[in-house]
Amino acid sequence: MSLAEDTPPRKTGFRFERWAPLILLGGALVIYVIVALATGQAQYLTFDNLIAILGRSIALGITAVGQTFVILVASIDLSVASLISATAVLASVVMDGSPAMIVPAVLAALVLGGVVGVTNGIVVSVLKVNPLIATLGMSLIIQGCLSAFVSNFAGEVPAAFQVFAYGEVGPFPIALLFLAGLAVLAWIVLRFTKFGSDMYAVGGNEEAARFAGIKTGRIVVLSHVICSVCAAIAGLYLASRLRSGAPWIGSDGVYDLESIAVVVIGGTVLAGGRGGIWGTMAGMLIFSLIDSVFNIAGVDSFAKQVLRGIIIVAAVAFYAIRSKRIVA
Amino acid sequence: MTDSAPVIEMKGITKSFPGVRALSEVSFDVRPGEVQALVGENGAGKSTLIKILSGVYHADAGEVHVGGEAVHFAHPVESLQAGIAVIYQEFSLLPERTVAQNLFLGREPRTRFGLIDGARMRAETREVLSLFAAAGRIDPDRTVGELDVATQQVVEIAKAVSTGARVVVMDEPTAALNEAECEELFATVDTLRKRGVAIIYITHRMREITRLADRVTVLKDGEVAARFDEVPAPDAIVRAMVGRDIEDFYAPPATPDEIGETILSVRGAGNAMLHDIDLDVRAGEIVGLAGIQGAGRVALAMALFGQTPFEHGDVTLNGDTVTFRNPRTAIMGGVGLLPGDRKAEGLVLMQSVRDNGMLTSRAFGKLWGSDRKNAHADTDRMDELLDHMEIRAASYDQDIRALSGGNQQKAIVARWLSMRPKLLIFIEPTRGIDVNSKAGIYHLMRDLAREGAGILMISSDLPEVIGAADRVLVMQEGRIAAEFPHGASEQDVMHAATGETGVAA
Repeated sequence: MSLAEDTPPRKTGFRFERWAPLILLGGALVIYVIVALATGQAQYLTFDNLIAILGRSIALGITAVGQTFVILVASIDLSVASLISATAVLASVVMDGSPAMIVPAVLAALVLGGVVGVTNGIVVSVLKVNPLIATLGMSLIIQGCLSAFVSNFAGEVPAAFQVFAYGEVGPFPIALLFLAGLAVLAWIVLRFTKFGSDMYAVGGNEEAARFAGIKTGRIVVLSHVICSVCAAIAGLYLASRLRSGAPWIGSDGVYDLESIAVVVIGGTVLAGGRGGIWGTMAGMLIFSLIDSVFNIAGVDSFAKQVLRGIIIVAAVAFYAIRSKRIVA
Repeated sequence: MTDSAPVIEMKGITKSFPGVRALSEVSFDVRPGEVQALVGENGAGKSTLIKILSGVYHADAGEVHVGGEAVHFAHPVESLQAGIAVIYQEFSLLPERTVAQNLFLGREPRTRFGLIDGARMRAETREVLSLFAAAGRIDPDRTVGELDVATQQVVEIAKAVSTGARVVVMDEPTAALNEAECEELFATVDTLRKRGVAIIYITHRMREITRLADRVTVLKDGEVAARFDEVPAPDAIVRAMVGRDIEDFYAPPATPDEIGETILSVRGAGNAMLHDIDLDVRAGEIVGLAGIQGAGRVALAMALFGQTPFEHGDVTLNGDTVTFRNPRTAIMGGVGLLPGDRKAEGLVLMQSVRDNGMLTSRAFGKLWGSDRKNAHADTDRMDELLDHMEIRAASYDQDIRALSGGNQQKAIVARWLSMRPKLLIFIEPTRGIDVNSKAGIYHLMRDLAREGAGILMISSDLPEVIGAADRVLVMQEGRIAAEFPHGASEQDVMHAATGETGVAA
């Protein structure tokens, strides 16, 4: 406080932090267009192609919506990748090609997500285990159980359920519309409900939230449930897309770390209490655009990994330097 | 206000912690529309008493009555619902949320669809804020983190008012405020008092007691040492707090032969925040820096310490021309700095007293070799220094966060002594420290000066700068505006600091 006494008061009006994800997204879009034009591949600049780019990030987007909730309450979830695999396999095995089993399979996947979320939430908020460790443990447990039962594609998703991944309404894939709907729902919850307001309070200052009469433990458990249910939905989507469930689809997609990266690139603070869903959506778009740029430019897949790593760190550094405070 | 029945009555409150009796048989009451000052040294039991009142702790014996009814708070929320709001030094506001969101935290008004009624929240926030002088500066939609400390405090108080608090407890509310902000706070307290709110006001500063209090209760060693139904002379309060007269509160000023050669000399230096700085500090001398907040005192300290370096001008230290581009070069050059915010800038709270003392010396130690061989990282010598500082700790292996503010400050001094600095800069050295320890710090600074160091002391406590320093420099808008000798009148210094008159004594 005393060090800050001679700095002028911060200007109001334009708040960089609020718009940073959009600025980054704009930057990514410009790079995409430039690379497409420079390599003479203007066919990538069509509406259909844009939809296709988005379509590749649906699972990541759904997972990241959930991850936003836990990170906002200053928790984190590393078990989403394993849970995605588990729910994909579970749904696929329960359906086993029979359209009649779609509803039970979806319910089973959602219930599994709910149970994992409640467990994560209780371990974090009641047993006070650091969320990194709690959910890492959960991830190992899920992956271990899964590997004990299946080692290859298991079950079969009936054509009726493949509509989730492949169906279209007009020019839009159903899954994309679903993700958009999910994001709007998340926005409403965060912006206009008491639960959303309580989440920001718990993430911002748990002690203050408790003193204000908020049942902080319940808020943490609920956000973990939301996160795990989102992961379960992502698992269902992947089962639908791959037409069967496999025990490696979650870890292959690195959905645990990538969903965290997307949330953070979207401006949500790892320490909790600040951020929102549109940032996460922007983060997801940035990620897909970057991937597309690499594809168009024909970047080697290992170099791609290196570049993604650099971009994640650079994006967070960009926030940190501009907003003069620790972001993540 | 006509109602003089106490809104809060605490009777025979006793509370022990393992090994300590924090409170014994303390009785205390507050009436609506009065400001009751609660004073006492750190550890006297003020915080414990407040925590029992607010339901954080439970008393071992005794009763708490609110509005005539006996209550047993199991949780802070229950005391809040009973109309007791505590404003802690560390605010309980959420910096990322708006003013309105903070005011209605946990009790947001809802529309009939169950969603949060943002419009009503804003309107009610405006209504509550209109009670305060600062109302015009506060937009309900502003994020709290964007507001300055004083305004945040207004928001915190407004939050208490909006919950319908009958009793507001303020724990050293002026600790982080400058003069003008203090005045505004006093006005706010007056507003609350007029509305019939009972105020428990915890402070170390006699001036605030004289200005605000209707009654005074003094705690000492967990007991009520004195109770005054009218505010007595400050001496009487201090005597009750300490249990004896404080003689030699400030160490005597330096005699002419104690003052040696010039250690630090700054000529025509400046940067974005400082202009035309001419400054000399001699060995054996304590130079005080006074000024309102934003006058550039801290900027000057940070320039000397290399944190925000001078961009032009000459600095000589012990006769050598020096340019400090960062704190590390400044430390190597012989400058030490005790930061103003101990917890945030000075200490590693989770580490031991000894480790905190050795923070700087280790940073300059050799990479290899055992800590005993390494001259910079000699733990035995650090223990000697800590002994020399008379730090009261169960053991130097104890976490430093358990120590009182005064002892923490001494550990930081020990840290610098291990570096044998030529110039020591103290920023707000006694902030949040009790009266007895304050005297200890003043005498310590004097001892350091006698041993040949030059000392630059920045303080917002005017009597302190005037009493503890040999010379007082007054800063204003990044310049040194005036100089006063030891014992100048507070009024003259204040005038120079606010720019009403620029006449140097």
